[in-house]
This record gives sequence, structure tokens and C-alpha cells, in this order.
Amino acid sequence: MSPVTWNQFNREAPDVFDVVIIGGGIVGCAVAREFTAFDLSVALVEARADIGDVTSKSNTAILHTGFDATPGSLESRLVRRGYELLSRYSTVTGIPVERTGALLVAWSDEERDALPKLADKAYKNGYEHAELVDAQEVYRREPHLGPGALGGLAIPDESIICSWTSALAYVTEAVGRGLHLLLDRSVTGLDASGPVTEISTTRGQLRARWVVNAAGHGADVIDRFLGYDRFTVVPRKGELIVFDKCARRLVNSIVLPVPSSRGKGVLVSPTIYGNVMLGPTSENIHDRSDTSTTPAGLSFLQSKGQQIMPTLLDEEVTATYAGLRASTEHDDFVVDSDPLTRYILLGGIRSTGLTASMALGEHVVELMKNSGEVLRMREQLPDAPRMPSIGQASLRPFENAELIDRDPEYGRIVCFCERVSRGEIRDALESAVPPTDLDGLRRRTRALMGRCQGFYCGAEVQALLSDGLHSRRESL
Amino acid sequence: MPQTCDVLIVGGGPSGLTAAVNLAAHCRVVVLERENAAGGIPRHSDHTGYGVRDLRRVLSGPEYARVLVERAVAAGAEIRTESMMTSWVDDHTVAVTSPQGRYEISAPAIILATGARERPRSARLVAGDRPAGVFTTGSLQNLVHLHHGSPGSKALVVGTELVSWSAVLTLREAGCETVAMITERDRPESYAAFHHGAKVGLSTPVSTLTKVRRILGRDRVEAVEVENVATGALRTINCDAVVFTADWIPDNELARLADIDMASGSGGPQVDTMLRTSRPGLFAIGNLVHPVDTADVCALDGRHVATAVRDVLAQRSTPVQSVSIVVDAPLRWISPSVMRLGDGAPSRRKFLFWTDEYRSVARLTATQGQTVIGRITLPWPAAPGRVLRVPSSLLARADFAEGPITIALT
Repeated sequence: MSPVTWNQFNREAPDVFDVVIIGGGIVGCAVAREFTAFDLSVALVEARADIGDVTSKSNTAILHTGFDATPGSLESRLVRRGYELLSRYSTVTGIPVERTGALLVAWSDEERDALPKLADKAYKNGYEHAELVDAQEVYRREPHLGPGALGGLAIPDESIICSWTSALAYVTEAVGRGLHLLLDRSVTGLDASGPVTEISTTRGQLRARWVVNAAGHGADVIDRFLGYDRFTVVPRKGELIVFDKCARRLVNSIVLPVPSSRGKGVLVSPTIYGNVMLGPTSENIHDRSDTSTTPAGLSFLQSKGQQIMPTLLDEEVTATYAGLRASTEHDDFVVDSDPLTRYILLGGIRSTGLTASMALGEHVVELMKNSGEVLRMREQLPDAPRMPSIGQASLRPFENAELIDRDPEYGRIVCFCERVSRGEIRDALESAVPPTDLDGLRRRTRALMGRCQGFYCGAEVQALLSDGLHSRRESL
Repeated sequence: MPQTCDVLIVGGGPSGLTAAVNLAAHCRVVVLERENAAGGIPRHSDHTGYGVRDLRRVLSGPEYARVLVERAVAAGAEIRTESMMTSWVDDHTVAVTSPQGRYEISAPAIILATGARERPRSARLVAGDRPAGVFTTGSLQNLVHLHHGSPGSKALVVGTELVSWSAVLTLREAGCETVAMITERDRPESYAAFHHGAKVGLSTPVSTLTKVRRILGRDRVEAVEVENVATGALRTINCDAVVFTADWIPDNELARLADIDMASGSGGPQVDTMLRTSRPGLFAIGNLVHPVDTADVCALDGRHVATAVRDVLAQRSTPVQSVSIVVDAPLRWISPSVMRLGDGAPSRRKFLFWTDEYRSVARLTATQGQTVIGRITLPWPAAPGRVLRVPSSLLARADFAEGPITIALT
């Protein structure tokens, strides 16, 4: 069965779009949301059948204060601004966020000696609440840490967030504002020599006045279509282990490693779904689509976990996965704009891109204005969407008595481990940007992501998805 | 105000339903079943052999499930389907979600009968891609028997236990060939091969000392890389489905949320011979406490627990003096693992054990301090992948004034 390809054409597509955004990751979605607030025709082109389906779906999902960025860099500025914007947006839309705080833990003299410098760096990045703590305080905050912690640096505003819901909220709002969402089509060529840019895709030609390249792992390839040769994306694989919810009581905050000569360590963090995450590894690879885990990577994580929090290893593992960071030879985000060809590049956006996403959207609009483009805000914008409550700390539909009384489908639990109701699966399938496969349904509802990994509900969830896809195909 | 009943049973599988049958004549019993029909795992398992020890009949899984439900209803129990206990409100009150609403229900006696499941691929830390076509026996049988779906055309079955052969039968029924079965052990579980292998013509090649290293395939399973655990040699088996079988873990979340003592090795709660947990009024039965024994043995736990449940309802006191039982490797766990002075023998007068190594003749020795208090040689082997049932007479000479009893397999 081929996935349903779903394109949002709620209006007649113009012959020439004002803006075409290439790449439907967290950044492309945020940019789409930003542009659709103006009187512009905007299209988002995504190679996959769903948004947020490559890098954005498998990052560590931390809302960063930017305390450890390079002071003065674009990344530092945009992460700091993005933290404010996304924090505010999450309260409006219901994107799950938990302000757990983070604790950098030093395990060697070298690491302990580095802490004051990190506190100083945080200050230079405009973050004023970092706090040096001694070993006793480290263990008071995180009693389940293994022996040998020598001190720490507390960052009380670091938070965990649902990256899936973030991307989905952006694109849902953008679609409500008239975004043309073009899924399942890869960009195969760009020609900016004429008055409008010709965009070749696997499903025909598009034309645009402005093109924004937010293609993540493909950003350098897209950039080269226009004759540039200024950066190369090197996929850096990060493998992660997710532990059972029974482990959640072991960890209070995001336990971060201190960067040292021994390289970056791994972190132990609560997840927004109530699990505990251990990882990531860091390995440069060649294949931009290789998200497999490796025996070596998983055993490395186990040995790290054994040192950081031995009791964590006694808990069951719920999932393992790998994500790819879009690293480049540059230390900073690679952002540039060419007013002549009306082209904006958002390259080398690594894991901080989740936090920076809305600030990147703002920044792109600024770049366009600076090139002389006059942008008019649309007068009436629909309200921001209210997103499904899939965070563990928020009131979930299964525990919402009033909601179940109104609609019993929210009391009909399909996925037992994650307590996902039939009502939520129905809502996802009927939403403005519905899933096209099981993985997409999982990201929207949490169905199948629990400890049994489908032992009980796999077949039923698949059946509900197939029915939903079928009726959508019928209606198209 | 929470609803009330006398006995709340969480889980409507063989053990929970049988407990309901044995208690509902005397008091108000409510069974919470989260699926849309009660019956538990046998509902999904379309082969025969159910009901021998408890009902003295031979039934298919779905027939057995139906009979147990009918008997519980006839006895007067109220079975609430699509009703899931999600958390504890206090020691005697739980929160439930159902299409009828979100509510609380209290009972002086609560029985956890939540069963067990197989560890999925991720929990076994199997590396590689994450394609479609990876199953456990449970998800496979659910797909084939309840949803009539197709698992693929060529499957690798991981495990050689009873349930592994059950997976092979299900695959065959779905038109999927089993290209190989693998086990990390040095021998397959011969009893299972003898009984079930005969039915499939013993045509399935079994590789011992072999473990899954990586799963290959982007969208759909294309192959599995396996490793010889003795030599480290790697080879690739082409297939479009992988079924991870056995490697049981109790569904212990609600037990762990209750903050009761957990047993060592099994992942289930610790229980005494009357199936009491460490919290007064809370009981645990079935494969939650012995992952896993056959459905009929689970059902008989449901019969056995009734005595102590009635004691709670009649406010009779629980014996205080107790002794705990631990095991030495290669034994992994024992259940029950607490004996109380004045209590009766365990269900079926058997202690249940799990072993990680094969012994053609199972000799067990029980010691307390320096004293050997019991020895037994069983006329059947101790084999991994199958519960070892040992007569409780082994511990007849336990001294309740002494420290823990240790049981060793030699």
C-alpha cells in the first residue's frame, strides 16, 4: 500500500508563489508559519510524506537557554530569542514543555575546573541564572547519580519539550493561514537566472519569487543547484536509548556532561512523555539516510549509563533509535541571503534548531525586508491551533473526566502503555495535517511508542490507520 | 465519592476470571478488563490444549476464554471491559478510564492479575534499522488471528521455546514460511520441539548458539545479521519478518506504582504462598508473579487466592512470622518467595522456578543458614524457557525463626 500523499490546496495555487520553502523540518515549518502571517502566497515543499520526518523527529528535544553557545554567534542570539518565543508559543498552543532544569555534572578534576568558565560563558550569552554547586548539592538534586561526581553547574531554565508537536503546531497554523503544503516531492533543481526562480521537483515544476532553503541534510545539495560551494553537510549520527517510565523517578533534571578533552559525553534526561533518555553518541557518517543503531553504539551508551546512573540500567528499555545532526565545517548556523536571486539559506542548523526555530523564522523575514521587500501583515489571522495534549505532565484525555463524558471515545483506550484513546487517534487522522503512516500517527498521539511496542495494540492501531487513510483517499 | 465493591480484580485473563468465579458467590466482585473482551492471551491463541488442569477439558484458546468468562458471569461477577486501571488513588482505591467515564473504585481486597508479555525487539537492545515486519508472538497472533493481516512471506523466529513453536504455527497459518529459528543457548528446548515440531513436520532449521545482531532493511525487513556467540562469526539470513518470542516480562507497572516489594529475578511482585503481596489487602496472581506458566496453572492461582481474600473480607489477621526464599544461579527466580507460619501450601502444592541452564536431572537443595532443610531430585529436567514446578514438600522443614532459605540447582 503506497502512502497517501496529501497536499493542502485550500486555495487555487498561484502560477508564481511569493515564497517557496524547501524542507518541512522544524525550521521550514516555523518559517512557513512566519511568512503566512503576511500577505504572501507560500508553499512548503517536503521530500518525505510527512513533516518533521527526518532530523526533527529524533533530536534530544531540549528547549535550550543557549547558555553554552559561542558568545556573539548567530546561534547564540537566535537560541536565546527562540527560547522566549517558543516558551510563549507553547503556552498558547499547548505544546508540552516541562521546566526540569539541567545539571552539568563534573566527573573529573578537569571537568570540575571547567565549570566556572562555563558559568562565565553562560553569563556572556546573556543567561544569568547559572549556579555552581558542590558535590553534596549535586547528589541532593540527583540522588541516583553514580559515585564520583565532583561538582556541578545548574541551569534552572533548561526545559524538555515535545519537538513533534512543535513542528506540527507551526505547520498546522501555517496551513490554517493558507500555506500550500506539498509533501512527498523532492527538489531536483533550481534555476534563479530569470525574474522568477524555477524549481524542479519530482512532481513537476514550481515557480517562486523567493526561495528559502531549509533542507537540513540536503541544504548543501540545494545550495549547489544555485552554483554555490560554501559548506558541506556531514551527517553526525547520534544513537539513543529510551528507558521505561518506571525509570522516570530516578531523574529530576537534564543531567548534562561537561565538555572536556575526552570529548562530549552523553546526557541522561527525562523525556516529555515520562521516560528517561540516555545518549546520544556522536559519529560522523557518510550515508545521509542511515539512521540505524549499531551494536557498538548501544554498548557504548550502556557503559556510559553504568557510570552516570547505574540503577537506570536495571530498568527496561522501551526504545532505541538514531538521529542525524546536520553538522557542517562551520561553527555557527550558515545563514545567508542573496537579494539578487531572492534566495535565503538556512544551513547547518543542528539540534539547537528546535529552540531557535521561531527566531529563525523572524530572522528570515528580517533578511527579506532588508533586501527591500515590502511585507504587509495580513489583517485577520486565524487563532493559533490548540495542539493535542500528549505530554506526560499535562492532563491527558484519558484522565479528563469532563472530556470523556462529552465524548466517550476519549475513554476508549487503544494503546494501553501510553494510554492513547481512540478519540485521539480519530482526531489525528482528521486533523489539518494528518499522518500518512504508523510513525506519523505515533508522533501525533504516542500510540505504539510504549513499553510493549505493539504487543497488545499494534494490529488495532494499524487497522485504525488504514481505515483513516482509506476514507481520506475516498474523500480526495 | 468512589464506587465500591468487595473484591476488585485488575485483569480479565485466566487467573483474574478464575478468581472471580471463586469469589463472586460470596461477595461483590468487579473485574476490570482493558481490552474490549475478557479472556486474556488465550483469546489470541488459536491452538488447542487449554483448560486441562483447571477445567479438566481440552479447549482451544478462544473457547477456553469464552468458558472462563461465562463461568465468572454465572457466578455473579461484574466484568467491565474497555476499562483500564491507570493509577492508584490510595491503598484501596484505583482510578479507571472507560468509555462510561473516568471514575474511582474502592475495595478492601484488590487482586492484580495483569499477566506478562514478551520483551519486544527494542528492550532486547537489538541494533540496526527500524523497519516494518518486526513482531513478538503476541503482536503476530493479534495481527493474524484477530485482524487477519499478513506478517510477510519469510520469517526468522528468535527463540526455540514452547511459544516460539506457537509462533511458527501462526506464521504457517498466515502463509509465511519460517526460514530459521535461532537460540543463544547450546540446545533448543527439546520438549517443545518434540510436541510442536512434529506438527510442522520438523522442517524448520534451528540454529543454536546464535543471536540477532542487527536488523537490516529501511522500510521493510530485508535480512537479519546473526552472530555465533561462541565464535563471533556473522552471517546474514534473508527474510521479510522477524518474530521475537519468549523472554517474558510481567506487566508490572501497576504493581510498581503500588510501591510493594518486588520479587528478585522475575520482575513481578513478591507474594507469599497465599498470593498476598507486601501490602495488606493487595494480592497478585498468574503470570504477573510467574512469567510465564501455562494458562491453566494461572487459572488455579485464581482459585488458590480466594482463601486469603476471604480472610481479608472477614477481617481475619494475616500470620506475621515469615521466611523468605531466594535462589542461586542458574535459577533465576522462585514464586511464591515468602512462607508464613500457619499458612497453607502454595497453589497446586508447587513452588515455581525459572532456570537459565539445562539440567537433564533436576536436583534441588534447600538450605537455611548452614543447615540443609530439604533435597529433591525431579523425574523431569530443568529447562530454560519453561517453568520448573517443584513439590512444596521441599520446604516442609522450613524454620520460621531462621533467616532466608536458599535453593540451589545442581
